[in-house]
Amino acid sequence: MDIHEYQAKELLARFGVPIPRGGLAYGPEQAAYRCHEIGGDRWVVKAQIHAGGRGKAGGVKLCRSEEEVIEAAEAMLGHRLVTAQTTARGKLVNRLYVEAATDVAKEFYLGLVLDRRSERVMVVASSAGGMEIEEISHKHPGSLIRLAVDPGAGMKAFQAREVAFGLGLDAAHIAQMVETIMGCYRAFRDLDATMVEINPLVTTTDGSLLALDAKMSFDDNALFRRPRISELRDKSQEDPRETRATDRGLSYVGLEGNIGCIINGAGLAMATMDMIKHAGGEPANFLDIGGGATPERVAKAFNLVLSDPHVEAILVNIFAGINRCDWVAKGIVQALQKVDMRVPLVVRLAGTHVDEGRRILAESGFPVISAEHLSDAADKVVEAWRRHRAAATQGAAA
Amino acid sequence: MSILLDQTTRVIVQGITGKIGSFHAQEMIQYGTRVVGGVTPGKGGTTHLGLPVFNSVRDAVKATGATASIVFVPPPFAADSLMEAADAGIRLCVAITDGIPAQDMIHVKRYMRRYKEHKRMRLVGPNCAGVISPGKAMMGIMPGHIYIPGPVGIVGRSGTLGYEAAAQLKALGVGVSTSVGIGGDPINGSSFKDALALFETDPETKAVLMIGEIGGPQEAEAASFVRENMKKPVAAYIAGLTAPKGRRMGHAGAIISAFGESADEKVEILQEAGVAVAPNPAELGTTVSRLLAA
Repeated sequence: MDIHEYQAKELLARFGVPIPRGGLAYGPEQAAYRCHEIGGDRWVVKAQIHAGGRGKAGGVKLCRSEEEVIEAAEAMLGHRLVTAQTTARGKLVNRLYVEAATDVAKEFYLGLVLDRRSERVMVVASSAGGMEIEEISHKHPGSLIRLAVDPGAGMKAFQAREVAFGLGLDAAHIAQMVETIMGCYRAFRDLDATMVEINPLVTTTDGSLLALDAKMSFDDNALFRRPRISELRDKSQEDPRETRATDRGLSYVGLEGNIGCIINGAGLAMATMDMIKHAGGEPANFLDIGGGATPERVAKAFNLVLSDPHVEAILVNIFAGINRCDWVAKGIVQALQKVDMRVPLVVRLAGTHVDEGRRILAESGFPVISAEHLSDAADKVVEAWRRHRAAATQGAAA
Repeated sequence: MSILLDQTTRVIVQGITGKIGSFHAQEMIQYGTRVVGGVTPGKGGTTHLGLPVFNSVRDAVKATGATASIVFVPPPFAADSLMEAADAGIRLCVAITDGIPAQDMIHVKRYMRRYKEHKRMRLVGPNCAGVISPGKAMMGIMPGHIYIPGPVGIVGRSGTLGYEAAAQLKALGVGVSTSVGIGGDPINGSSFKDALALFETDPETKAVLMIGEIGGPQEAEAASFVRENMKKPVAAYIAGLTAPKGRRMGHAGAIISAFGESADEKVEILQEAGVAVAPNPAELGTTVSRLLAA
């Protein structure tokens, strides 16, 4: 789960990470009032969305007066911000963060990730801050400092000092940097994060250290013990199809194609999508209905897939392990009785009680195209999609 | 022979009195697995499915001589159960539980390293379908009837895609020595490499089918292991050619975040190591059976 910059800053500040003075605003007047509270004569207005690359996309604005702050707020709020990291639709801006402007001396990068190779929390730091980590590792690989933290011992101050000195900081900033690194580690550990990124982390002309931007992601599997983190979820930043799926306990990822997929198991789902592409089609979604595949789940899955107006054919691929194909088939028939099926449907069943499952579908009276195996299923759904599309085009012409 | 388990392996079920644990314990017994007891704290001294239930893994090991354990304990408590098994002297632990926090798994892996290598538990999973040695025994949730005994070792992250592979092989009349599900989580007990090493020394296994997916470094590690250490032929498939970067595809581990983690990059790395990569998931069976014939 991702959160906004202002939320990440609030969390990290509690762990001793220094941040500029700032405040949240839902409207231009609030933004202007924040300037009063913060004081000073220059402020940065920042669009709060779940994506990076805001600066280059016009989502971060330096303002020198309240009028400019109001102007910037009006330009951002209620609009969709398209950055290099969003889709072409962009993300809706409905919150702003107003911050005191900082006089930057030098920019650094500080990130903490879950490293799968060492199976530890890894600290990554660089003296080449302000650009994306991919760009840093490409252009300045020598500047990267890595530190894997022993989960038994936790992070030690000497390790954080080694990173701080490695960044080339002068003695005056070392203590602040050590506190920042240790704070980020404690936040990562205590809040079940999967990523903490401060980019840039800066030294200022008046000799302090500040986190100018902050990003945090959290382990979905650990949210059961982090209710305060769950509260920070902002559904407006999610694909509405995915929000509906999550709320129904389904695993869904929206894609750009036309063939809707309903599959059990993440691996089989990815493989089936690959097969559709191999057969000349494009999947409209990833959807794993899980091991259970009860009639209720199958019905929910149909509703979800059909709610995408781009879907022009559906492929159901269920390998019944613990489950039984006859139950799955009954679930599909029950779902078809409830939903308005406007597109062709191909079903491939395999595993336990497969013959019984196919018989139930064949005798249901619904126009279900039955497929024997994986490549057969992909070929049939691509063919059905092409015919459906051709018929729709002809219908429109007539 | 087979790897990890056979009909003589004494197995206990952690979480045996729960709905899921109970169901799969019955399935495993029916398949021929030598299930000797179960563990549910607080229910020690009772019997369930005709088997003795113990309060702790230590008690169960002492009374039954069990060397293997399968875990159905819910996510908040699963990591603790895995460490308990490691401490009680269990040699093989299969963790079925889906949804264990990543930092809990970091601690489990660290905890397991407290024991010297010859006394260290081997963990398979979590979030996996388990292990089956067809015709002998199964510790998992897979449908046993889709596997026939034979010369192909299977190792994969995904449950249902593993079933797909076994079904394709069965249709070709080709059987399986052992199938190992290593699970879809970012931090797991056994890697592809660990399973490949076991298959390489198993006399019954003649070829290996490795079913990977996007995300993580383990397929690339496996590729260099094949190149440097394996004489047996290896076939592979990587799921997720159509997956967009940075999006989690169901499995917590299936997210492309670094170089070498996309399906295309993994396919290239495996091919360079001499692995026969199936062009699409309908050819899992034919790709590995061609290696057997050669």
